Amino acid sequence: MAKFRIAVHITPRKGLLDPQGKAVTDALHTLGFQSVTNVHVGRYIIIESDAYDAITAEEAVTEMCKKLLANPVTEDFEIESAVHA
Amino acid sequence: MKFGVVTFPGSNCDYDAFHAVTEILGEEAVYLWHKDHDLQGSDVIILPGGFSYGDYLRAGAIARFSPIMQEVIAHAKSGAPVIAICNGFQIACEAGLLPGALMRNANLQFISAQLIVRVETADTLFTNRYERGDLLRIPVAHGEGRYVAAPDVLDALEGDGRVVFRYADAMGNLTPDANPNGSERSIAGIVSDGGNVLGMMPHPERACTTLVGSSDGVRLLESILARVEA
Repeated sequence: MAKFRIAVHITPRKGLLDPQGKAVTDALHTLGFQSVTNVHVGRYIIIESDAYDAITAEEAVTEMCKKLLANPVTEDFEIESAVHA
Repeated sequence: MKFGVVTFPGSNCDYDAFHAVTEILGEEAVYLWHKDHDLQGSDVIILPGGFSYGDYLRAGAIARFSPIMQEVIAHAKSGAPVIAICNGFQIACEAGLLPGALMRNANLQFISAQLIVRVETADTLFTNRYERGDLLRIPVAHGEGRYVAAPDVLDALEGDGRVVFRYADAMGNLTPDANPNGSERSIAGIVSDGGNVLGMMPHPERACTTLVGSSDGVRLLESILARVEA
């Protein structure tokens, strides 16, 4: 077994109203960042876990996302490659 | 009839629900602690409002895995009644007892207000003491009450008569202004496929005596008695 560190990005599903992203977009425009066309605010989760190898660690985190970390109705998730912790 | 009111860490409407059942309806109620595995013979389960587990991760996401929820899910799957209010609605969606999800209010504000809710169908376990089109004054208090679901799910809910309540104005019209949180199709409450699980963001248990501004929620509880005892 080895220790791994796996990061997960969870973002609001595209096409769903994202009022938080809209509010941040508006605030950035107010600050003068007119070039900003869209902002999506999500969550960044870092998981530290024991696993035999990186593939196993990533598969486990995928299951975690499906069962708890992301809501399948409203959110998408993306898993970064596992790295040795 | 015995009502079981689940208390999660962070629940804050469990006392209101208990009071409504015992003092207003005159029925028996017990509190069910989230770590218990026993519904204590409850006929009806109430998942109350609040901020279970601090709304960590997502509202309702953690509560769904509480020990008591395994029993509540089994109770619901057996066709027995469950009333899921506010945070309870969020938990029921997370647990898959109801379709869809509840997202941050479109205006990003926490809304605490007495609103008008239109009864969309009187043909349910929970609304048979109302008439279709009745306008109820019921409070809401939530930051994440925007109901969303895929378009085909919404169509199915409407087609099956499972949309129970919608936010409306004083004339009973569905307008963007009357929709406090930006819910899809102004949906305020739905029932499950089997009709035995009700999820709603408004708080009927807080509208059970004119002393607090409205008693329009009483008939919801009476509906269950009428149907189950019939």
